[in-house]
Amino acid sequence: MQEEIIKGTSLWQDAWKRLLKNKLAVFGLIIVVLMTLTVFIGPILLENFAKITADGVPRDSALLKSFAPSQRHWMGTDDLGRDQFARVLQGGRISLMVGIISTIVSLLVGVSYGAIAGYFGGRLDNFMMRVVDGIYSIPYILVVIVLLSVFGGPNTPGWIKSLSVTFGGGEGMSQIFLLFFALGLVSWLTMARVVRGQILSLKNQEFVLAAKATGVSTFRIIFRHLVPNVLGVVIVYATLTIPSVMLTEAFLSFLGIGVQAPYASWGSLVADGIKNISIYPWQLIFPGVTMALTLFSLNFLGDGLRDAIDPQTRKF
Amino acid sequence: MFSFIIRRLLIIFPMVLLVVSVTWGLIRMAPGNFYSGEKKLPAAIEENIKEKYGLNEPIYMQYLIMMGNVLRLDFGVSLKYTDRPVNQIIRDHFPYSATLGIFAYLLALVIGLSAGFIAALKQNTAADYASMSLAMLGQSVPNFVVGPILVIVFSLWLYIFPPARAGGFMNYVLPVITLSAIYAAYIARLTRAGMLEVLRSDYIRTARAKGLDEKTVLFRHALKGGLIPVVSFTGPALAALLAGTVVVERVFAIPGLGNIFIQSVLNRDEPLILGIVAFLSILIMAFNLIVDISYAFLDPRIRYE
Repeated sequence: MQEEIIKGTSLWQDAWKRLLKNKLAVFGLIIVVLMTLTVFIGPILLENFAKITADGVPRDSALLKSFAPSQRHWMGTDDLGRDQFARVLQGGRISLMVGIISTIVSLLVGVSYGAIAGYFGGRLDNFMMRVVDGIYSIPYILVVIVLLSVFGGPNTPGWIKSLSVTFGGGEGMSQIFLLFFALGLVSWLTMARVVRGQILSLKNQEFVLAAKATGVSTFRIIFRHLVPNVLGVVIVYATLTIPSVMLTEAFLSFLGIGVQAPYASWGSLVADGIKNISIYPWQLIFPGVTMALTLFSLNFLGDGLRDAIDPQTRKF
Repeated sequence: MFSFIIRRLLIIFPMVLLVVSVTWGLIRMAPGNFYSGEKKLPAAIEENIKEKYGLNEPIYMQYLIMMGNVLRLDFGVSLKYTDRPVNQIIRDHFPYSATLGIFAYLLALVIGLSAGFIAALKQNTAADYASMSLAMLGQSVPNFVVGPILVIVFSLWLYIFPPARAGGFMNYVLPVITLSAIYAAYIARLTRAGMLEVLRSDYIRTARAKGLDEKTVLFRHALKGGLIPVVSFTGPALAALLAGTVVVERVFAIPGLGNIFIQSVLNRDEPLILGIVAFLSILIMAFNLIVDISYAFLDPRIRYE
């Protein structure tokens, strides 16, 4: 799919070339790809070759404590003697998943909202954008904290539980599914603004007029004719939304209302590590650094993509 | 301008009421009660509690009573700290958060502005790349990682600053640095972008052409225009600063409002939650209004009709 788009139009080829010239962005891209691969394949390799799993507690009670990094345990072990490396990989899966899926949720909301506001314009647009301004200025994080603590754990709504079961997570994952929605629903604002701006400048062009003249429905004009044309900025802002969502997830997990045990994310691993910071610093440093490196790369990649795809907004 | 301020003030009230209503709705939608613990209460006691907190009223009456409290800015007594009115709790604990937030933002402004300014003037030099990479790093490392690392280095190894608790000036150094890191990073990037754009604009060329010395061009003319993106970031920054203080207060065990808020949410202390949400919403919206007004002074092209 991606291949086709890049080959089909020279616009995307140009963007790709510009991206490759940006060393920092390429560095970011490589790290992101490597990190994703490691996080998804790593646990399988570890289990098959070293017999190490993220939740494997050693039988020998002498091993039920935190050990410094060694040849067998690259990142040491946690309080229960579980391998920290496997846990960081497992946590990375959850963190990346939350980042990506929440971003998709925010994408769906933001793109539709922005496209509708931009296309209809006038009073509706004015009203919808005032709402966005309003939400921008409220401390929504407080509401998210209340939402997660109220609907977290055993109180998760039934439809989220069934979603979680449908997608193979089981009921245990429902807290994580709740996170997808909670984070997605608060991070669509920038996307809506950007998409609206683009649609405003596109909607008076001839191809829209042609579509109208041939009797295409409004819905199809918006979603089949206009939205594909704003794909570039959507990709850019999606790439920049992922790290910010991951940061929020980590923040919530750090407070103890995000990802809950037995699952772990980078945020909750760091939160656990802080408790033993002076005795077992590796419990904090490894998940912290892994997470920071990933966010760092994603931010560079996003900035590079913005310069490549949307050169007008390029800040020299 | 005057009518703009009035209009914005008129929007603030419904927005605050909306946020409070949503929060109230969320708390009420959850199963269970604040008083239901592991052991079931005897019926008589439960009845007394319900009577005391007006839980026997129909739900819309409870909502209206709550709204009335919000409008009078009197949130009643905390359910957990039963001898302390919510307003008292906010008064006692907000100063810690405010001190932390204000100093962090000031520090971020100083570091961010100077780093961004230098990066823009020395574009594409080592200084530029170094400060921008550092800024990106500051933007990517979560503050709950920065904080503990600072504690390890400065408290546990070097014994310079105390590791936790509010107190004198020394206690605030590490929390303020931790909180300001991410904003300093944002501000540096925004300043650089804004300055680069302004330095290429016509009015700067005019200023140079009429023979002004470089210092006047940079500080009197360019800086003012280059600061506009930074000012527009102040609004979102305030909302984010709030989330930051929650974490930093937690890491450094500072008894600020953020810590109290998390406690109140875990306790399902409804009056306290609503009080803090309303208080912070009003605060942030008022600040946003001030930011919008200050635009007009920085950039004469902006007019509010």
